[in-house]
Amino acid sequence: MKPRHKKLMFIAIGVAGLGLAVALVLNAFRSNLVFFFSPSQVAANEAPQGRTFRLGGLVQQGSVKRQSDGLTVQFIVTDTAKSISVEYKGILPDLFKEGKGVVTQGKLGTDGVFRAEEVLAKHDENYMPPEAAHALEQAQKAQKTLVAK
Amino acid sequence: MNFRDIAWFKYSSPASFYFLAGKMIPWFWAAAAVFAVAGLYIGFFVAPTDFQQGEAYRIIFIHVPAAWMSMFLYVVMAGWAGIGLAFNTRLSSMMATALAPTGALFTFLALWTGSLWGKPMWGTWWVWDARLTSELILLFLYIGFMSLQAAIDDPRRADRAGAVLALVGVVNVPIIYFSVKWWNTLHQGASISLMQAPTMAATMLTGMLVMALACWMYSIAVALMRVRCIIVERERHAQWVSEMRGQLK
Repeated sequence: MKPRHKKLMFIAIGVAGLGLAVALVLNAFRSNLVFFFSPSQVAANEAPQGRTFRLGGLVQQGSVKRQSDGLTVQFIVTDTAKSISVEYKGILPDLFKEGKGVVTQGKLGTDGVFRAEEVLAKHDENYMPPEAAHALEQAQKAQKTLVAK
Repeated sequence: MNFRDIAWFKYSSPASFYFLAGKMIPWFWAAAAVFAVAGLYIGFFVAPTDFQQGEAYRIIFIHVPAAWMSMFLYVVMAGWAGIGLAFNTRLSSMMATALAPTGALFTFLALWTGSLWGKPMWGTWWVWDARLTSELILLFLYIGFMSLQAAIDDPRRADRAGAVLALVGVVNVPIIYFSVKWWNTLHQGASISLMQAPTMAATMLTGMLVMALACWMYSIAVALMRVRCIIVERERHAQWVSEMRGQLK
């Protein structure tokens, strides 16, 4: 084996070893690297108690209610298994919509209501023109009625 | 033509590569211009409005190509640096040095455009989620690579030190790419991957891919220009450089 091939092998082994080490470290820190907790995780007491954390999920259809002051909003965050009601006073981002993803930061009150200080919209990776989205919706509805029959 | 017939080693000499690069640069600039004009035209006039994000989604025509380039250029840079380290080839190390500023530029562009888009769409300029944080680390890696090389006077030693840093940093690239899969992040998942059909309307996708090509061509053109400067700077005592200077006078 030529010295330069030895060197190349040494570098390759070094990078592979480093990659493995990083993979193991990241795997060990997996639970510390979550950006938000889902309602199911909160229900299972996995979220920090009495401290600020982020709650993420979908805004339940038909759950958004505005208070008379026009700023306070109440809605339900769900992961389809469990759900938590959220109260928030402030401006909502453009993408905040019923049935869409949301990440809220705040504290869980003793009454089980999550008091959010910040609401962020999390959107999905689908990009399409409005007509296509409409057509897709219609197709899904048709599919459902077919299954129901 | 046989693989062995090409004079590979001829062009690994800085002197002959200098002239080859000089001939290629205008072509890459021209291609970059054509793709950029076509991509921007598709992006602004052909691609439809998005059903959720409205017009704001058009950020993807620069944000996504920039983010791709930032990761890809890092891998290429680390690859050249690694080859330079292993085989002691001068030109490969120069190539790595030449790629770093462009990579840093694209990383910055991806972070900056993402932030501008994040405020109206997510409701925040910045969050410390896995995707955004790892991309920021990538920017620091580029800056670290450039500063480390600039801090060492002897270019050959600077190459070796930079190569080690670049190779260590390469582990960050898969972390960036898979961060949206491995952890729950605010940043959405990938719309395009090798394994699945893209979740994006065809014209939007075309615009984005054409812009990505424009970014490729631009990167190659500026990297070649930069490597030519580095070659002349480092080889200034070589005979071919003084001959060239003689011709210029």
